[in-house]
Amino acid sequence: MSQRSVPSAASAPPALHHAGPDPGAPPRLQLKGISKVYPTVVANDRVDLAVRPGEIRAILGENGAGKSTLMKIIYGVTHASAGQMLWEGREVQVANPAHARRLGIGMVFQHFSLFETLSVVENVALALPGRPALGELAQRISEVSERYGLPIDPRRHVHALSVGERQRVEIIRCLLQNPRLLIMDEPTSVLTPQAVKKLFETLRQLAAEGCSILYISHKLDEIQALCHTATVLRGGKLSGECIPAEETPQSMARLMIGKELPHCEHSAAQAGGEVRLSLAGLSHASLTPFGTDLKDIHLDVRAGEIVGIAGVSGNGQQELLRVISGEETLAEKFPVHICGVEAGSLRPGARRRLGLTFVPEERLGRGAVPDLSLTDNALLTAARGQQLVTGGFVRFGRARAFAERCIAAFNVKCGGPGAAAKSLSGGNLQKFIVGREILQAPRLFVCAQPTWGVDVGAAAFIRQSIIDLRDRGCAVLVISEELDELFEICDRIAVIAKGRLSPSRPAGETSVEDIGVWMSGLWPGSALMQAATPAYAEPLDV
Amino acid sequence: MFELEARAEPSRLMSWLSPLLAVMLMLGGGVLVFWALGKDPVEGFRVFFLNPLKDFYSLSELLLKATPLMLCAIGLAIGFRANVWNIGAEGQFMLGAAAATGVALYFDGSDSSLLLPVMIVAGALGGAAWAAIPALLRTRFNANEILVSLMLVYVAQLFVSWLVFGPWKDPDGFNFPQTRMFGDAALMPALLEGTRLHYGFLLAIAVLIAGHAFMNRSFAGFRMRVAGAAPDAARYAGFSAARMIWVGLLLGGAAAGMAGMAEVAGPMGQLTDKVGSGYGFAAIIVAFVGRLNAFGIFLASLLMALLYIGGEQAQQYLNLPSSISMVFQGMLLFFLLGADVFINYRLRLRRRAPRSH
Repeated sequence: MSQRSVPSAASAPPALHHAGPDPGAPPRLQLKGISKVYPTVVANDRVDLAVRPGEIRAILGENGAGKSTLMKIIYGVTHASAGQMLWEGREVQVANPAHARRLGIGMVFQHFSLFETLSVVENVALALPGRPALGELAQRISEVSERYGLPIDPRRHVHALSVGERQRVEIIRCLLQNPRLLIMDEPTSVLTPQAVKKLFETLRQLAAEGCSILYISHKLDEIQALCHTATVLRGGKLSGECIPAEETPQSMARLMIGKELPHCEHSAAQAGGEVRLSLAGLSHASLTPFGTDLKDIHLDVRAGEIVGIAGVSGNGQQELLRVISGEETLAEKFPVHICGVEAGSLRPGARRRLGLTFVPEERLGRGAVPDLSLTDNALLTAARGQQLVTGGFVRFGRARAFAERCIAAFNVKCGGPGAAAKSLSGGNLQKFIVGREILQAPRLFVCAQPTWGVDVGAAAFIRQSIIDLRDRGCAVLVISEELDELFEICDRIAVIAKGRLSPSRPAGETSVEDIGVWMSGLWPGSALMQAATPAYAEPLDV
Repeated sequence: MFELEARAEPSRLMSWLSPLLAVMLMLGGGVLVFWALGKDPVEGFRVFFLNPLKDFYSLSELLLKATPLMLCAIGLAIGFRANVWNIGAEGQFMLGAAAATGVALYFDGSDSSLLLPVMIVAGALGGAAWAAIPALLRTRFNANEILVSLMLVYVAQLFVSWLVFGPWKDPDGFNFPQTRMFGDAALMPALLEGTRLHYGFLLAIAVLIAGHAFMNRSFAGFRMRVAGAAPDAARYAGFSAARMIWVGLLLGGAAAGMAGMAEVAGPMGQLTDKVGSGYGFAAIIVAFVGRLNAFGIFLASLLMALLYIGGEQAQQYLNLPSSISMVFQGMLLFFLLGADVFINYRLRLRRRAPRSH
C-alpha cells in the first residue's frame, strides 16, 4: 500500500457512523471458538466473532489469513472442525448454502457464479427455490434494484453486462431472499472508484434497515470509510478487534500483518530511453465469444521507465497481454515492435530472444506447471536464454542451479528446487516466477497483476524488484487492477476501457479520481466522449 | 457411511499400488466369471494364469506376445503424456506390417543383411504415415484425433485385406488371403534356440529405453509433459501445440509400425488379413496400467501377454470362447480406473451429517 498520499475515492468523510448499530442489541450471529483444520494447514484457529443487527463489520486480513474459510463456514460451504455458531441466539449447524439461505444468510462471492448465455432474470430464477414465474420475478428484480440504487435490466443477457453490473445481479439475487446477514467477499476488486461509492451507499442503506453485513477486505481505506467495527485475522487466528474510525491505517496494518506497512524506494525515471515496446494502431478481434476486441491501441514503453495500464478487469487486458507476449499472434508484423523489431506475428519463443520476459496473471497452470518441480518450471521459459538445453537434452544440473538462483535471489520460501510448484504459497510462487523472468536480464519486462493475491511483505518485495529492474535500464509494462499499486510504482499510467487504450499521463500529474473516470472510457478525446450513444447512457456504471 | 476426502497431494505410493490393486480385483473378478460359467474356479485360475508361466517355453511365448504390446504402448505413452489421444495404434500396426511386407516381397530372394533394418524403417514409416493423417486433420481442421485415428483402424484393416486378397496374394497359396512366406533374410532371427522368441524383443527393449530417455531427459519430452499437464503454460512458454500433436502421433505411429513389422517378420513370416490381433488396442490398457512409464509398461505388457495366452489356454482346456481374454482386459482397465480414484482421494468413515432444522 502506498505511503504517498493518494486521495482515494473510498475514503469519504466518516459521517456514516451515526447510523451505527445499537450497541446493546443481542448479536444476530455469534461464532465461538471456530476452528477449521485441513490436512496440511489450520485455516481457522479458535476464532470468535459477533455481528449485531444493522452492523457493518469488516473482516480484515491478508491473503491466507483465513477470512474466506471463516465465511464459507458461516455460509455452509464447508464445516467447522470445532466451535459453536449461534444464529439469533440459538445454536445452529449450517449444513449447506441452501440451509444458510433459509436461515437468512446471503453471500456475494468474489468470483461470480452466473451463466453468461442466460438473462438476468433467468440467472436469478435458478438460484431461487421452486419455479418462480419469470414475469413476476422480473418485476420484483426491478423493484429491488430501484429501492437500493442498483439499476439493472432483468431481460439483458449476462455476457453483455459489465463486471460491476454482474456484481449487482449477484447482490440483487441475495436481496430477493430478504437476508438478515449479507456476506460480501472482496467486492470492490472489480469496481471503479466511482462504482465503489455507489456500492457503499447501497450497503449503508441495507444496514440502516437492520441487515447485518460482514465485509471482507484487505483495503484499509475502504474499511475506514464503510465499516462500524472490524475483526482482524492473522494466520488463521483472531489478532484483534477495533473500531476503524478510531484507528489509523498504520495501526490497523499492525494488527493485520504485525508490523508497519512496507513501502518502496522510488526515484524518478530516466528520461529519453530508447523505445523497447511500441504498439502502433493495434487492433485485434478476440478469439473467444465474450472476449473484448482491441481497437486502435497506441503505446510506447521506453528503457528505464515503468508504464502502468489501469482498468476494470475484462476490458481487454487479457487480450492485450496475449498479443504482446505472442500467445496470440497477429497476421501482420507491424503493429507490435519489440526492441525495434516488428514482432506482431512472432511466437513467444522468438519474442523472448528479442529480450522480452513476461509474468502472466495466472500463476498456477500458466506461469508455472503445478505438478512439476521448480527446476522443471525454471526450464519452462529460461531453457534457451540460460543455456539449459544442449543437443536436445536437458541439462538438469544447470536448470537446478538456475532454479536455486531464483530461490535465493528472490527469497522464495520452499522445500528446495525439487518442490512442486503447487506446494508453494501464492506469494512465494509469484516471487519465483518474477525471479525467473527478471534473472534472465530482460530488455523489456511485462507483468500482469504483479501482486494479485500476494501477502503484503511479498508484494512490497516484488514491487521493489520491478523498480530495481527499471533502474538497471529495462523497459517495464505493468498491467494491474490495483490502482494503489500502479500509483506506487509507475512513472506513467494509461487506462484500458472497452478494448481501447487512453493516452498515458505521468503518475505524479494525475490522481486516483481522474484515472477512475478514465476507467469508464471517458478520457479526453475518447470515442465515448465523442459519441455518447444510448448504449453508453450510464458510462459511469462500469 | 464412507466418504472420499481429497488428499493434500496425489499419493505417489497409491499411483503404483493402484495397478496392483486392479490386478487383484481382476483376479477376483475372474474367479467369479469362471464360477458363473459353471467352471471350477480353481481349475480356471490354474489354466488361465499359471499355465502360461509353467516352463521355459511358455515364458518365451509370454515375452514374444509382450513384444508388440511394449512397442505400441511406449509410443502411445509419449502422446498420452501430452494429451494426444491416439486410439488407432491398431491401424498403424497394420500399416507398418504392410509396409515391411512390401519391402520383403520387393526384395524377395535377397539375402542382404540390410533387408531387416530396411524393413524396420519401412514399418516405422508406414505406421507414422498412417498416424500423420489424424495429425494433419487435427492441426489443420481441429478434427478430433480420437475419432479419426480410431476410424482409420477399419480403413487399415480393409486396405490390408485388399492387399492379401488382391495384388500380394501368394500365387501358390491355394487362394488363402495371405502373401508368400518371407525369405530367411526377411525374418527376425531367433533369440533363444528352440523358441519363437526373436530379435524383435531386443528391438522393443531398445525402443523402451529410447522412449524413457525421450520422455524424461530430452527437451522435446519436457515440452510434451508441459503440454499435457498445463496447456496454458505450454502456450505461455511458446511450445507449439501443433508440434506436440505431430510428435505425439508420429512417434506413436512409428512405434506401432515397428511392432507390426516385428509381427510379420517374426512369428507370422507373412502378411495375412488376420495380422491385427488387437495389440494396438490392448496397448492402450498397457500404457495406462504401466503409468505411462517405460518400466511400468514393461511389466504391464507382460501382464497383458499373460491374459492373451491365458485366454488361448482357457479356450483349449476349458472350452471357453477366446474372447474371455478381452473380458479380463476390460476388467483390468475398469478396476484400474476405479482404483485411480484413491490417488487423489482417501476413504474415511463419515461423521454424522449435521442435521438441518
